[in-house]
Amino acid sequence: MMFKPVLLWSDALFFLLIAVALASVFYIRRDEHLRLGWRKVGQSRVGMAAATLLLVFVGIALLDSLHYRERLPGPQATYAVEVRSALDALLGGLRSGAEKTYSAPLATHSFAKETLDHDAGRDFPRLRHGGAHLGASAEGWGADVVRRIVQGLGIGLIVWLGLWLAGAPLRRAAPHLAWDAVFVTLLALCLTAGAVALLAQGYHVLGTDKVGQDVLYLTLKSIRTGLLIGTLTTLIMLPAAVFLGLLAGYAGGWIDDLIQYLYTTLNSIPGVLLIAAAVLMMQVVIDTNPEWFATAAERADARFLALCAILGITSWTGLCRLLRGEALKLREMEYVQAARALGVSHARILARHVLPNVMHIVMIAIVMDFSGLVLAEAVLSYVGIGVDPTTISFGTMINSARMELAREPMVWWSLAAAFVFMFALVLAANLFADAVRDAFDPRAVK
Amino acid sequence: MTLLRVRDLAVSIGAVRPVAGVGFEIARGETFALLGESGCGKSLTALALMRLLPAAARIERGSVKFAGNELCGFTEAQMRAMRGGRIGMIFQEPGTSLNPVLTVGAQIAEALRQHTGRAATERVVELLAAVGIPEPAQRAAEYPFQMSGGMKQRAMIAMALAGEPELLIADEPTTALDVTIQAQVLDLLRDLQRRRGMALLLITHDLGIVARMADRVGVMRAGRLVEVAKKEDFFRAPAHPYSRELFAALPENLPAPEKSAPAGRPALLAVRDLRVHFPIRRGVFRRTVGHVRAVDGVDLELAAARTLALVGESGCGKTTLGKAILGLQEKTEGAVSLAGRRRTGLVPAQMQMVFQDPFGSLNPRMRIGAIIAEGRADADVDALLAQVGLSAAMKMRYPHEFSGGQRQRIAIARALAVGPQLLICDEPTSALDVSVQAQVLALLVDLQQRLGLAYLFITHNISVVAFLAHEVAVMYLGRIVERGTADEVLRDARHPYTRALLAAVPRIDGQEGERLLAPGDPPSPVHPPAGCHFHPRCPRATARCQADYPATSVLSETHQVRCFFPD
Amino acid sequence: MLAYLIRRLLYALPILIGVNVITFSLFFVVNTPDDVARMQLGAKHVTPAAIEKWKAERGYDKPLFFNPAAAGGAQLTETIFFEKSVRMFMLDFGRADDGRDIAREIRLRMGPSLAVAVPVFVLGLWAAISFALLLVYFRATPLDFAGVVLCVAMMSISGLFYIIGGQWLVAKVWQLVPISGYAGGLAAAQFIVLPVIVSVLAGLGASTRWYRTIFLEEYTKDHVRTARAKGLPERLVLFRHVLRNALIPILTGAVVLIPALFMGSLLIEAFFGIPGLGSYTIDAIHAQDFAVVRAMVFIGSALYIVGLLLTDISYTLADPRIRLQ
Repeated sequence: MMFKPVLLWSDALFFLLIAVALASVFYIRRDEHLRLGWRKVGQSRVGMAAATLLLVFVGIALLDSLHYRERLPGPQATYAVEVRSALDALLGGLRSGAEKTYSAPLATHSFAKETLDHDAGRDFPRLRHGGAHLGASAEGWGADVVRRIVQGLGIGLIVWLGLWLAGAPLRRAAPHLAWDAVFVTLLALCLTAGAVALLAQGYHVLGTDKVGQDVLYLTLKSIRTGLLIGTLTTLIMLPAAVFLGLLAGYAGGWIDDLIQYLYTTLNSIPGVLLIAAAVLMMQVVIDTNPEWFATAAERADARFLALCAILGITSWTGLCRLLRGEALKLREMEYVQAARALGVSHARILARHVLPNVMHIVMIAIVMDFSGLVLAEAVLSYVGIGVDPTTISFGTMINSARMELAREPMVWWSLAAAFVFMFALVLAANLFADAVRDAFDPRAVK
Repeated sequence: MTLLRVRDLAVSIGAVRPVAGVGFEIARGETFALLGESGCGKSLTALALMRLLPAAARIERGSVKFAGNELCGFTEAQMRAMRGGRIGMIFQEPGTSLNPVLTVGAQIAEALRQHTGRAATERVVELLAAVGIPEPAQRAAEYPFQMSGGMKQRAMIAMALAGEPELLIADEPTTALDVTIQAQVLDLLRDLQRRRGMALLLITHDLGIVARMADRVGVMRAGRLVEVAKKEDFFRAPAHPYSRELFAALPENLPAPEKSAPAGRPALLAVRDLRVHFPIRRGVFRRTVGHVRAVDGVDLELAAARTLALVGESGCGKTTLGKAILGLQEKTEGAVSLAGRRRTGLVPAQMQMVFQDPFGSLNPRMRIGAIIAEGRADADVDALLAQVGLSAAMKMRYPHEFSGGQRQRIAIARALAVGPQLLICDEPTSALDVSVQAQVLALLVDLQQRLGLAYLFITHNISVVAFLAHEVAVMYLGRIVERGTADEVLRDARHPYTRALLAAVPRIDGQEGERLLAPGDPPSPVHPPAGCHFHPRCPRATARCQADYPATSVLSETHQVRCFFPD
Repeated sequence: MLAYLIRRLLYALPILIGVNVITFSLFFVVNTPDDVARMQLGAKHVTPAAIEKWKAERGYDKPLFFNPAAAGGAQLTETIFFEKSVRMFMLDFGRADDGRDIAREIRLRMGPSLAVAVPVFVLGLWAAISFALLLVYFRATPLDFAGVVLCVAMMSISGLFYIIGGQWLVAKVWQLVPISGYAGGLAAAQFIVLPVIVSVLAGLGASTRWYRTIFLEEYTKDHVRTARAKGLPERLVLFRHVLRNALIPILTGAVVLIPALFMGSLLIEAFFGIPGLGSYTIDAIHAQDFAVVRAMVFIGSALYIVGLLLTDISYTLADPRIRLQ
């Protein structure tokens, strides 16, 4: 085998999540109310455009979750210690083509002056990979860039046309959905991706950071971190929040008091402090048990998962409280009373009457919490209690990029890249969340 | 002299036209009743006159001439001068129609200031007194939630009168009120109208109210006026088939059911001294300082295939009683026996309940078939659906696809699935239109005759009682004050409260019996009056009534009453 | 109402105890006092005797929760948990790892935290309510739509970018006020301008959207229709009936945040060099100074409970339905 597949814990959970999502699609198709709601989401242009963008992000994250270790040359089957992903393989050139230090986007020369070998003075050295095809003097840069962009746009257009044709059966099957928004978004994405892809083959499109890593590569890798934080955390906290919230509202009495005490206590601990304390504890556990992890990647992954779990534990209280209020109201509904009069057990009432009637709240909460979590990761990583510093995330990018603003001349591209991508992800999530809420909230006010 | 003339008024909401060409006239000082069932567009017509339509609705065409002014051409500023100043409006739900965080006086003063420029406190108090609110000066400083439903509605009327309007539009003003309070408010409206020479556009679904209040009637159906007539003509000989349908659907006009099952059979249900007391907790440690006596010592008996109607107004405890008998509500004391055996808690196979709200009694996310089979998984759903007059094809549909009447039928089928002998019906037709109510009542009678079901029928609607019940029990503040056969209680009522209740119901023949027998509001179960609960409102009350609660006087084998003066 | 408040205060005790249990468990179950001592003493040749001495100095030489060696009630009281907790309830927080008195530090740092947090709170509230009101007044017009889009966009930008962008703009481009640092007294004014503006902007999007929803909900209520039926001008309807009623949930919801103002915003203080409680906490986290972090957790919890109480009180004062029950 050329490589040995590696399944990190976060990968496994991510795949589990995708499986759950696919399973819920089947559940939704059977339930008329949910189907109607999601159809409304599908008819919203803004919602569909956002969903398209989100799906592209998910695709990138998925590629980045297929991990493996390369087989080292030699007779015996030994594998590299470094764990790579399918995305890394795809972006091979970007990853390996590191420079020495900073360089501006599409630059041919380094950003920092160095004492060059054979000259007497200090000048900007030529980049190893950036614009390497132009030769030592970097002539024809402008024309080359323009040529690549035009070619890229062309390729993007062709790819888009292919998608358009391939999507025809879908459009026929469900004509009332906002396909125009989907394909406009796809067009914009294809054109951009085409131009960038072709440019990236010759240059560092977004420049390089302090240690010379390609910024575009770093940004693409950050997507998985941000996306997983938003989704895995929810996966972890959802069962507890739903179970405890419905139980508290429906059962009342001392059970309600106990659960209320639990979440009031957890809520009163300042969030950041709780997260910080827990993360530090986790770090200590990880540090004192190095034998549990075969590779550095697994160690970073453990910390990442710990962060998701901790964020989950500290954020379940909001949904729990909401569901408790809802369960309290539902308990008094006449169809619940009728079920009791018919002798239906409490467990069945919760499963058949209460839970289905709060699903819309759960869905709205899941989608709306996502963006908050992505933003929270950035802040936490910045403060140092987020992901492991070796993990590539928006937070760590901002962290390392922050000091560069003060330099003369200013290094802005790392920060700008992180900003643009994070903004795109969070904005898409917010717009999608709005579309979901408008479709499902019975009291939605425009 | 014509005050208001409406011609070909049409209102559209999106592609739907809920008002499709309505025209009528109202003369000065006249009462015009706009009669129709739910969804006919009568409320939208009224809102269109005031140009207070919801955001999605528009006036498509038509002319509204008020005192010579064409309102449809008015600017918003001109309409504002009209609203409250020349045309006033009161709404159905006084609870939500008043601002909860402003005092009643402040809200009335606001209206005064808008139209007369000054808001003198005396004027506010004057208005409150004019609508019959006792202690008006104190009430002006109160908040709406501190007032009863009847008082809130009076306050709304006072607010609408502040600008001295020439026309008052009343959109179902008494639908949310109890029968005795309704009678008071209707009298008040008529009184005010006469004294001020005000015209009244009264929107209602109740033929009795039309008979009592209207000079002329307009019948609305599906957005159109199908008949306009003078009241006397209308009641003597309604012209349009739909109007005749409305009359035919009244319980008093329904073919009288065969109340075949004779009395004297052994009791299926026996209730002895049932009490349900809710604790009132105060203080730091939530100590129980008192009790709300929702049900305070009730005895009942009901035999198979017979109907006992439990009559009372809101707050009397009848729903709590029903739930306590069923087992949904825990009882504080007392015994409930079914077929001779004492029962504690739920007995699904023998007793079931049909609830009031057809929209809340079915889980919106379950299919009809699953709903009906909920109590018994192997129930023959098709047969049950047929039994309640629905087709088996409806099994796979969801509740929102059905009308209110159909949903009640489904609820009945669900209850029947477990094969009970006794059905407790908690106001099952109160939320339904008259025509639909007739169908459901007919179904209930049919089921009783075929299956021998006994009904404990909780209601406040006297005509339904007359139609359905073998026996009647009247409840007031947690206790039964009179009981007997339907004939005895309805034709020969002895308790002053029963008399007041019967007199308060607006009669179709327009005649009015003894008027206003029960002034004031029903007391709250938290602070029941000492002695006989009814004495503060009773025209016959004496010192003895203030001191003790009357024991049971037996008037005949079946007729009992709790009053010191039952003649 | 007094009874209600007393009951809520009494309820606060088990909460604070619960908070303490969680905090202690988190800190000490994973990281025993021995480990902490070893970390603090640092070097390789750390002897058991040195560890014991270090523990005894700081009161860590007893069992954590339960002391089987003691007798009777002392089994619970002669423990680290009990002694430290009781001290905290008496607001004796002990010393930080660098020897400074924690309580004194807290007192000193409260001022700068408040100097930033209070203007942010007041200004943020005022700005969001005004903006939301403006959008509601122009509802269903393109202005409303544009406003909502703007809010969503502002919400989607991380607070970090507001801070970094703000500092860059002011420092490099405009050079109006210092971008970090602090001075006591009135001189603090120039140092808080940028943090306050940045904070308000960062939170404006989400708050405006939320308030706008509340206003719109109130707008469609029955009593607003009655107000119009009385012939009131739209301006009066908006301010006297919509705004006034909607302010109740808005303000009572905001009141719960007031105690948290004392804690300061960790991010803002770290970025702008404000010597407040927020930066104190961050520094302690980085230095793994558990005494300080414990103290801050305790204070934070106590303030949160005070916030809950304030919310109840303000609801009681603002809503006559609750006041006069």
